[in-house]
Amino acid sequence: MSTPAASGRVRAGTRAVRLASASWRLHPRAVAVTITGLVLLALLMALNMRIGDIQLSLADVLAAITGEGPTHFVVMELRLPRALTGALVGAALGLSGAITQAIARNPLASPDVLGVTTGASVTVVAVLVANGAMYGGASGALAGLGVPATALLGGLAGALIVYAFAWRRGLDGYRLVLVGIGVTAVFTNVKYWLLTVGDVEDAGKAMTWISGSLNGRGWEHVTPVALALAVLVPATLFGTRSLGALRFGDDTVTGLGVRMNLARALMLLAAVLLAAVATAAAGPIAFVALAAPQIALRLAGTSHPPLLVSAVAGAVLANAADLVARTLFAPVELPVGVVTAVLGAPYLVYLLIRVRREARS
Amino acid sequence: MRLQASGVRLGYGDRIIVDGLDLGIEAGTVTTIIGPNGCGKSTLLRALGRLLKPAGGEVLLDGKRIDRIPTREVAKILGVLPQAPVAPEGLTVADLVARGRHPHQTWYRQWSSDDESAVSEALSMTGLLDLADRPLDELSGGQRQRAWISMALAQGTELLLLDEPTTFLDLAHQVEVLELVRRLHAEAGRTIVMVLHDLNLAARYADRLVAMRAGRVVAAGTPHEVLTEALLRDVFDLDAKIISDPVAGTPLVVPIGIRPSP
Repeated sequence: MSTPAASGRVRAGTRAVRLASASWRLHPRAVAVTITGLVLLALLMALNMRIGDIQLSLADVLAAITGEGPTHFVVMELRLPRALTGALVGAALGLSGAITQAIARNPLASPDVLGVTTGASVTVVAVLVANGAMYGGASGALAGLGVPATALLGGLAGALIVYAFAWRRGLDGYRLVLVGIGVTAVFTNVKYWLLTVGDVEDAGKAMTWISGSLNGRGWEHVTPVALALAVLVPATLFGTRSLGALRFGDDTVTGLGVRMNLARALMLLAAVLLAAVATAAAGPIAFVALAAPQIALRLAGTSHPPLLVSAVAGAVLANAADLVARTLFAPVELPVGVVTAVLGAPYLVYLLIRVRREARS
Repeated sequence: MRLQASGVRLGYGDRIIVDGLDLGIEAGTVTTIIGPNGCGKSTLLRALGRLLKPAGGEVLLDGKRIDRIPTREVAKILGVLPQAPVAPEGLTVADLVARGRHPHQTWYRQWSSDDESAVSEALSMTGLLDLADRPLDELSGGQRQRAWISMALAQGTELLLLDEPTTFLDLAHQVEVLELVRRLHAEAGRTIVMVLHDLNLAARYADRLVAMRAGRVVAAGTPHEVLTEALLRDVFDLDAKIISDPVAGTPLVVPIGIRPSP
């Protein structure tokens, strides 16, 4: 029985890192992609922070962050929070998407299927329309703190409904996706019905929100997403190993000693919370959660989307899309969700074709 | 008894397939379960491997109820190869086999030198070292089956439950897999329970045969005791002649024809 001594002989592209009784497997390419992604993210955020009523150069932005003066306030209080919200929301969506795709065992799954985003949309539209009819326009409090809280509750409620219908003596990936698509369709139709019966002005406001926008996002949007990520990123990384096992068939998962339904439920809860918090902050930004894990997978060259790389890819994607949204028809700004939807649609078609081709071969 | 089913009642939902079955597996034996399609062989194996919770009765692992032992602890003693295992797409052979180390790992001990040597040992036992970096989807059926067996081997368990490990394999590969099973038993003293369809191979490679029909154990014992012309009539409705295998001396089934059901 030969035992190759050199580490990495058995697994291409990985290095063993061992310290006393602790040991990890490091994927150098994934590390490189993560670092490159973070540099790219910083650059995109700086480019985004140039744009506004006062156009700044990149040097101005850097000077404003470190120095004093009027531009310091503009950059630190208005532009940085917007760019940060984009980065954090993108990261949360990327992470949520990676988890969802692993549990559904399907690269076409995203947290949209979990009922979070449509649940949030339909609730926000309902509240906006109902308030408009009753009080003649959404109040400032509702627009600021009210909408995120409403979206969070609506998103969690939507996920709970999907989960309740999908659970049958355990959780099955296929069943979850099918139930999710059904519930999402119902929510979407209720949403459109509400938009048609609502006041035109309220419907307009609601439409901006349900496209997903980073416009006017401040520190009050950054803080909740940052707190959620601070808790959920370590929690999900802790669960990476179980998630890796959950990609296999049910009998294999149990055979490996994983408490399957518990592990699935906990990871799904994390995915739901991440998507709900992201949607509460910026509205439902389409396709980031779907695309980020698949981009991360291809760049890192791993067998499945690595969680951390997916989060970084999501952050980069959201900021890049926001940059396009703000510069394409400048000075008119598009909601970021419109750009991600336009970019995402052909990508989804590509994925569908690829998956079908693989299924046939 | 390492593994024991006593009075188990098994099924899916309201459909009961096995009712009140007793079976004991002794340490260091190779036991093969045979029987016609749908007789409950796989269902029984799944219950022995705690993949299916009995609706009644109990399964004991080393005298303790298997559902009361933490599933991770069970995974260190007992490995299972399901009938049609599903792997995520794009996985390499080495990724698959490394996954077998799961029950031995924690978040701070994810790739110890034990893990590494267990994986390379499992790959070399199945002759897959050279294919380690190949995606599973690109392998032939026989190679893929060997990769799954490697994963079960890397788990390093004393007990192995294999559900039809030779399906989809040509005769040469079937013999290869069963020779591997025999070596595991002879060299490492592992206890193995399998489900097989080929009666002649079952007779050659098992210490003990368990014949099932309609959810009941009809006969259990050495291949010579179990594989008789009368039993083949009772269990398979098959008229056959039993001769001695000229190579191994074990019973060899030569079919004559199907008996019309009474």
